Amino acid sequence: MADEQADSETARRATAIAEEHLHFEGPLLPILHAVQHELGCVPEDAIRAIAKVLNLGRAEVHGTMTFYPDYRSEPGGAHTLKLCRAEACQSMGADAVADAARAALGIDFHETTSDGALTLEPVYCLGLCACAPAAMLDHEVHGRVTAESVVALAEGASA
Amino acid sequence: MTRVYVPRDAAALALGADAVVVALETEAAVRGLDLEIVRNGTRGMIWLEPLVEVETDAGRVAYGPVTAADVPGLLDAGLLECGTHPLAHGPTEEIPFLARQTRLTFARCGVTDPLSLEDYEAHGGLKGLRAAIAMTPADVVQAVTDSGLRGRGGAGFPTGIKWRTVLEAQADRKYIVCNADEGDSGTFADRMIMEGDPFVLIEGMIISGLAVEADKGFIYVRSEYPHAIEALESAIATATVRGILGPDVLGSGRAFDLEVRVGAGAYVCGEETSLLNSLEGKRGIVRSKPPLPAHEGLFGKPTVINNVISLASVPVILAEGPAAYQEYGVGRSRGTIPIQLAGNVRHGGLFEAAFGMTLGELVDDVCGGTASGRPVKAVQVGGPLGAYFPRALFDTPFDYEAFAAKDGLIGHAGVTLFDDTADMLKQARFAFEFCAVESCGKCTPCRIGSTRGVETIEKIRRGEDVAAQVELIEDLCETMKYGSLCALGGFTPYPVMSVLNHFRDEIAASPEEIPAR
Repeated sequence: MADEQADSETARRATAIAEEHLHFEGPLLPILHAVQHELGCVPEDAIRAIAKVLNLGRAEVHGTMTFYPDYRSEPGGAHTLKLCRAEACQSMGADAVADAARAALGIDFHETTSDGALTLEPVYCLGLCACAPAAMLDHEVHGRVTAESVVALAEGASA
Repeated sequence: MTRVYVPRDAAALALGADAVVVALETEAAVRGLDLEIVRNGTRGMIWLEPLVEVETDAGRVAYGPVTAADVPGLLDAGLLECGTHPLAHGPTEEIPFLARQTRLTFARCGVTDPLSLEDYEAHGGLKGLRAAIAMTPADVVQAVTDSGLRGRGGAGFPTGIKWRTVLEAQADRKYIVCNADEGDSGTFADRMIMEGDPFVLIEGMIISGLAVEADKGFIYVRSEYPHAIEALESAIATATVRGILGPDVLGSGRAFDLEVRVGAGAYVCGEETSLLNSLEGKRGIVRSKPPLPAHEGLFGKPTVINNVISLASVPVILAEGPAAYQEYGVGRSRGTIPIQLAGNVRHGGLFEAAFGMTLGELVDDVCGGTASGRPVKAVQVGGPLGAYFPRALFDTPFDYEAFAAKDGLIGHAGVTLFDDTADMLKQARFAFEFCAVESCGKCTPCRIGSTRGVETIEKIRRGEDVAAQVELIEDLCETMKYGSLCALGGFTPYPVMSVLNHFRDEIAASPEEIPAR
């Protein structure tokens, strides 16, 4: 098969990761997490490679991967800023915080700054509802954020 | 040497706990102080976080909220010798918010080092498991049934009945699945216990495994909780090394293995059948019931699927006996419920109490009203699928049936306060919008109804034939409530209809134009 000869580095890594997880019961989500962790996203080549290792159709892996908001088919920015948009944070002015962040960064949710430094994502609850509004920069959590503090956070990550 | 506690809970971290630890270590080195810093879970008084506790001869005393900048001044004022300071609160357990609680499930949370098995055992840990090992599976199930424990995830189904179904099912393999996909806004009890006392969840799951004769468990945790995932993985590794998990649980000859699985950002996976599909590596689409997961669950095998708090409440039930647990509560709501006070709240956090307190007591006495100092306009109970209650309903007691009777639900017991600046029509729109974003797409009322709901509310906002739109929303909610496969589509009408019913004056400039229901 042509695609076997043209195995990319991505496909080779995804194959190795999938094989490492074969002993898992229901290995697909752990594989997708591991691939995204290593490659920054789950590209088409990786989907084909995973499908082959698990003996699934490409469409099945694609279908699972695209169902979940965490997985991306293209790399995001170097950092990800998640702003909580759910009710507890709304009650403390999260909408205004989000507007300020979007305006300061010049991007909307799900977008990445032009220098590739930061991706802005909405999140529906970080479990920090008693110190709202909440944000998460990569894995670092922040409570009682304000328009100013969240913009400073975003700019700090972009610097 | 003086022992000082600074929480490692994500809420404490979000408010600067790590910087406080660095400041304490730096100052201790400069001043030649002998400190042992313990990273405990949170006591749940989030408005006081980071809450620094100092162990003294008279017990633990609290200071909070402490910032890194406060540390030199606190040490000058005698932090280690019960010194007086504006941030001092005296003995931690005498702080009214904590003193008023009945902590059964959260007894150790904030008290112990969550990753220390020694600390866990010294504070009553493993007592329930040891009791269960000495019992027959049927007797363990009976104890849980007798305790009156109902599913704390929101549905309130009796846990013992669920377990009995799985025990009686014949199969070569059975599973215990813990639903730790705590996606409801205003809730964080699962996160708090996973970060603050992970061994209690592990113990509860092992007891469940013994009770239904399952030897494998999964904890499905949402990816938004990296600190909980880390704490669980560390605790599972310790429990495995120490023979609590593995082929021979505490020398009982019974096996139980446990694995953490991480979700991928889909709210609907908090619905139990979606969660099972997700664990299997599929799209998180809701399954039709029957078959019940207790008969055909994970990989088609009989499966106990319970919420974190349900499972974490099991050890104390086995340790102290079902009668002791059952004594708390009202009506058919027995035991305690960890209530999460969130949003625009003055004293927010986790408040574990016997069922029966009224919403008003919680909002006015326990929370002390809003953070903004403005009047409370509405309280959403039970997360994004819960109703908005106005002050007129604040006499509703915390009890599954009492909330249902007022067209609301307790859900996972999150209570989110809104002050008088809240735009209730916007909240109703958000309920539909959230449902549209998170719908798995399997059933039409949820998939399409949610989007039509957003559009219709926008028409109301624009003042386009408001009375007709309200009628449409009512009709749509009826369809979603009875026609959806799961609680996402089925319960979205709760917040929407509560706004229509209780905040009707906000819907139109002239509410009298809208026919009364």
